[in-house]
Amino acid sequence: MTDKISKALFEYCLRLGDSPLILGQRLGEWCGHGPILEEDIALTNIALDLIGQSRAFLTYAGEIEAKGRTEDDLAFLRNEREFRNLLLTEQPNGDFAQTMLRQLFVSAFQYYFYSALKLSKDKTLSALAEKSLKEVSYHLRHSAQWVIRLGDGTSESKARLENALDELWKYTGDLFDMDDTDTILIKEGIVPDLNLLREDWLDKISETFGLASISIPENVFMMSGSRKGKHTEHLGHMLSEMQYLQRAFPGATW
Amino acid sequence: MLIQKEKIWSILKEIPDPEIPVISIVDLGIARDVRIEGEKVIVDITPTYSGCPAMNTIEKDIIEKIKETGIERVEINTVFSPVWTTDWLNDEAKEKLREYGIAPPDGKSTDKSLLTGKPKIINCPRCGSKKTVLVSQFGSTACKALYKCESCLEPFDYFKCH
Repeated sequence: MTDKISKALFEYCLRLGDSPLILGQRLGEWCGHGPILEEDIALTNIALDLIGQSRAFLTYAGEIEAKGRTEDDLAFLRNEREFRNLLLTEQPNGDFAQTMLRQLFVSAFQYYFYSALKLSKDKTLSALAEKSLKEVSYHLRHSAQWVIRLGDGTSESKARLENALDELWKYTGDLFDMDDTDTILIKEGIVPDLNLLREDWLDKISETFGLASISIPENVFMMSGSRKGKHTEHLGHMLSEMQYLQRAFPGATW
Repeated sequence: MLIQKEKIWSILKEIPDPEIPVISIVDLGIARDVRIEGEKVIVDITPTYSGCPAMNTIEKDIIEKIKETGIERVEINTVFSPVWTTDWLNDEAKEKLREYGIAPPDGKSTDKSLLTGKPKIINCPRCGSKKTVLVSQFGSTACKALYKCESCLEPFDYFKCH
């Protein structure tokens, strides 16, 4: 592997590891606060799957970088600007509607993304994609069912879902942003072209919205920046909590 | 000391899954391969779900049990391919699950109805009734869903076909 490719692959593995890490951490905030017991368990189960996926991708990132950094070093000792998670994943939980809509957007993206990454020439990425795909299928099904139920439910639940949509739609463009890192790895057959996934994603969202009786907003300015480490104000606050222990007591273990 | 693979496998077959102690890590397909390199034993394991919190315990159990036999060097290697599936559970393991009160995985993991289809009809592991309802796709562990039997009114875990 040339230096250029391995640098790009490291960068890409951070993206793959950071998004589930940050979303898993967000979902973990629901622990003990779910609207019903089953949902508390569901949200934390999803969080657990995501943290597990993140661990494998970050471990691989550390191997590619070959500077001895572990999954923990990468998760707990990087600063905000070094994180490559999707902007959607760091958005606050808000109410249950906002959490579920965010989950639908991310899970639908992951579903089509991992389906494509399964075909990667990189054996590790292909295996991890196949494993993750099975798990995000449950997440997608679960979040889509809730979005339908909330949109098609009471005037209160519909209003909350529409508020969530106003809040979150502007971050969906960021899902499909690509840069030189993508170009290098697409050429090698290591990662998929995200442009080719956009239509499937939009179809799934449209189908779900149709059943939920809500509409996709039009003419919304799309936020971007996650590929360059430019985040919304929320990530820094989140990391200060997530990383507190390792920052205050470096190297602390259980 | 000449280490025999068969001996290692027979040790592994005695190690129960920490969450479902009626079946072993071999029944579950978590233990994938055993290699002997001189004095060292290497055991390949694969997680059921990416975030399965039992993996650390399983690693510790394997190392401990093998070391008890006098072997000093044991290494655990985590593999992700081929990806874990409930298709690896044999009929005997499924029957053990049922007796324990967990409905075993129904059908093959290649069934794509997960995303679009209705939840499967799962027989109650206690009374055998087909009148059961899915309460949640997410149960007490990552690998299980929560069901309720409308005949005997007991809630039960279903080991998801995965």
